[in-house]
Amino acid sequence: MRKNVVLEVQHLKKYFPVFEKGVIFSKEAGSIHACDDINFTIQRGKTLGLVGESGSGKTTLAKTILHLIPPTSGEVFFEGEDVLKIFSSKNKNEILSLRRKMQYVFQDPYSSLNPRMTVADIIMEPFQIHGHIPKNEWPSKMYELLRLVGLEDYHSERYPHEFSGGQRQRICIARALAVEPEFLIADEPVSSLDVSIRAQILNLLRNLQNKFDLTYIYISHDLSTVRHVCDQVAVMYLGRIVELADVDKIFEAPRHPYTKALISAVPSTELGEKSNRVILPGEVPSPIDPPPYCRFYPRCKYHISLCKQKDPQLDEHFRNQFIACFRAKEKLN
Amino acid sequence: MPKTILEIDNLKTYFDTWAGVVKAVDGVSLDVRRGETLGLVGESGSGKTVTSLSVLRIVPRPGKILGGKILFNGEDLLTKTEAEMRKIRGAKIALIFQDPSTSLNPVFSIQSQLVEVIQRHQNINKKDAIEKAEYLLNIVGIPDAKLRMKDFPHQFSGGMKQRVAIARALSCEPTLLFADEPTTNLDVTIQAQILDLMRDLKSKFDMSMVLITHNMGIVAEMADRVTVMYAGRVCETSSMRDVFSHATHPYTVALMKAIPKIGSERDQLPVIPGNIPNLIDPPSGCRFHPRCKYAKPVCKQKIPELEKVEKEHLTACLRWDEITKELAKE
Repeated sequence: MRKNVVLEVQHLKKYFPVFEKGVIFSKEAGSIHACDDINFTIQRGKTLGLVGESGSGKTTLAKTILHLIPPTSGEVFFEGEDVLKIFSSKNKNEILSLRRKMQYVFQDPYSSLNPRMTVADIIMEPFQIHGHIPKNEWPSKMYELLRLVGLEDYHSERYPHEFSGGQRQRICIARALAVEPEFLIADEPVSSLDVSIRAQILNLLRNLQNKFDLTYIYISHDLSTVRHVCDQVAVMYLGRIVELADVDKIFEAPRHPYTKALISAVPSTELGEKSNRVILPGEVPSPIDPPPYCRFYPRCKYHISLCKQKDPQLDEHFRNQFIACFRAKEKLN
Repeated sequence: MPKTILEIDNLKTYFDTWAGVVKAVDGVSLDVRRGETLGLVGESGSGKTVTSLSVLRIVPRPGKILGGKILFNGEDLLTKTEAEMRKIRGAKIALIFQDPSTSLNPVFSIQSQLVEVIQRHQNINKKDAIEKAEYLLNIVGIPDAKLRMKDFPHQFSGGMKQRVAIARALSCEPTLLFADEPTTNLDVTIQAQILDLMRDLKSKFDMSMVLITHNMGIVAEMADRVTVMYAGRVCETSSMRDVFSHATHPYTVALMKAIPKIGSERDQLPVIPGNIPNLIDPPSGCRFHPRCKYAKPVCKQKIPELEKVEKEHLTACLRWDEITKELAKE
C-alpha cells in the first residue's frame, strides 16, 4: 500500500503574521493560523476533497503543498521525495521536474488566463518552459490537448475573452495537463460556473482521471459536487482538519458536530426532507491566534467542559475515519 | 383585494449596445400571488435580474423597457411617473441585492443608511426612526444592535451585511420583496441562517416574495411556485412540487438532472451540451432548441408560447405532450 502513496503531508503549518501600527514601525501583533498541523496521505488515482467554509484554510493548504507559498513548518512528501528540501536546494532542474508532476487549476478562470495570449500560446507555454516535447511536435500536441478537454482546433487562435466561463475552465485544465502531471489540485473549479456547465466540467475531470491515472485534490465549499468527485474528504474548520474519512462515511455517518452541521446546511432538492436541519449559531471566529482549546467549541451545542480545556487531536476513532472531537465515539443527537 | 399582487405580461427589456441589441428580457410573463414565495430560477444571463430591475424601473442604461405591462396591485407601473415610482420603490416593493458588500454604502454608518430609508417614506422624526432601525436590526438577529448601529459596513461580515440589507429592505414594511440571489456569496452554514430568517420574516411581515436564484435546493426549501427562465424567456411555471416531480420543459428536466445531489452515489452526471446562447443573436424559434435533445425542425421555426399543461402549470415547449410521454418511458 505504502508504494501507492502519492502525497504525504505531515504536521504542515502555515502562519501569516499580522502587523499592528506602531509609532514609527509596525510590529507583529500575532499570526493568522491559516493551516495548523495538517496530516494526510493520498493514494494514486484517488481524489481527496477539501471542504470547509471561506477562511478555513483550504486554498492556503493547497498552495503550501505545491510550495507556491512556503510553509512555516512541516513536511510534504511527493512520491517519497521531500518537496521542501527540493525547493530549498534551489536546484532549478529538480524544481522544474517536480513542478511538472504537480499542477494547479485555479478557482477563477477569468483571472487565471493571460488576456494578451492566444489559447495556443497559453497551452504551449509549458512546453517551452519544461522542454519535454520537441519543438516540431508542439502544435500537434496542443491540438490534442484542446480536443481532450472538448474544444475545437479553431479555438487555438482566439483570446481568452472570446470564451465563456466553462470554456475558459477547459483551457485552464488543458494548460495544466500540458506538462503531463501526475497530481492535480483543482481549487473550486466549478464554483464560478453555471449549473448546466458544472456537470460538463466535473465529468471532464473524472474522465481525465481515469484516462491518465491522475491524483486529485478537489477543493470546494459545495458539498453536493464533492460527493460526485471524491473518494476521501477532509473537512476543514479554522485551519484544522476536523474530520477525514471516505466520502460515504462523511455523508452518511458524519461524526464531528461541524461536519454534521455543514452537511445538513446544504439546501436539499429532495422534497419533504427538511426537518432535521442543524443551524449553527454565530460565525467562524477569527483565525488570529486561536485559543488553545477546541476551535469549534463556541458554536458547538454538544460541548462539554473538556472541550474548553484541551485541543482535540485528529485521531482514528473508527476504521479510516479520523475525527478531532472528544465526543466522537458517542452518538450525539 | 386581488389575489395576484404582481402580474408581468409580455415584458421586453432590451439593451442597445454597440455590438447589437441584447434582448435580455424578451416577452416574459409571470405572476406573483399574495403571500407566496415565487422562485425565479435560471442560469446567468437568463434575465432574472433584469426582470426584477424592470419591475422597479431601475434598469441601468443602455437598457430600456420596450413593451409589456407590469401590474402591481392592478396598476401598471410602466405608466407611472418617476415621482410616483419613487414612492413605490422601497416602500411597497423592496429589493435585496446579491452582493451585500456592494449594496451598502461604505461611507455611511448602518444607522444613517437605515434612518435614511425610513425617513424617506415615513413621516416620523429622527429619534423614532433611530428606534425603528434598532428594532429592525434586532429582528434580523444582529447582536448588540444598539452599539453596532454606529458601525460601518466594512466592520460587518458577509452574513451580517446581508442581515443589514434585509433590515433595510424591510424598514418600510413592503408588500412585495425581491430577493436577488440573497445567499450566493455566503457560506453554507450562514446561508442556512439567512434562509431561515427570511422565511420567518416573510410570515411576520405578511409579504409576498420573489426569490431569484440558480440553486434548486434553495427553491425546494423556500418556494411555493417556480418560474424557470432561459435566455430571456420563461420556460415553465408551476407549483414547486410539480417542477420537481414532473417538469415538462426539456430545459427544466435537464437542469434538474444536471444538479449533483448530495444523497446520490458517485457516477457520471447527465449534462446539458453546449453553452448559453448569445442574446444579441439568439437562436430562432425556441431558444433552447440547439441544446435540446428532443428538438425537431419545427422548434427552429416556431416560437413556443406558454401553454397550459394542467391547472397552475404552464410550459413553453411545442412538444411538451410528446416529451412527457417519452420521459414517462425513460
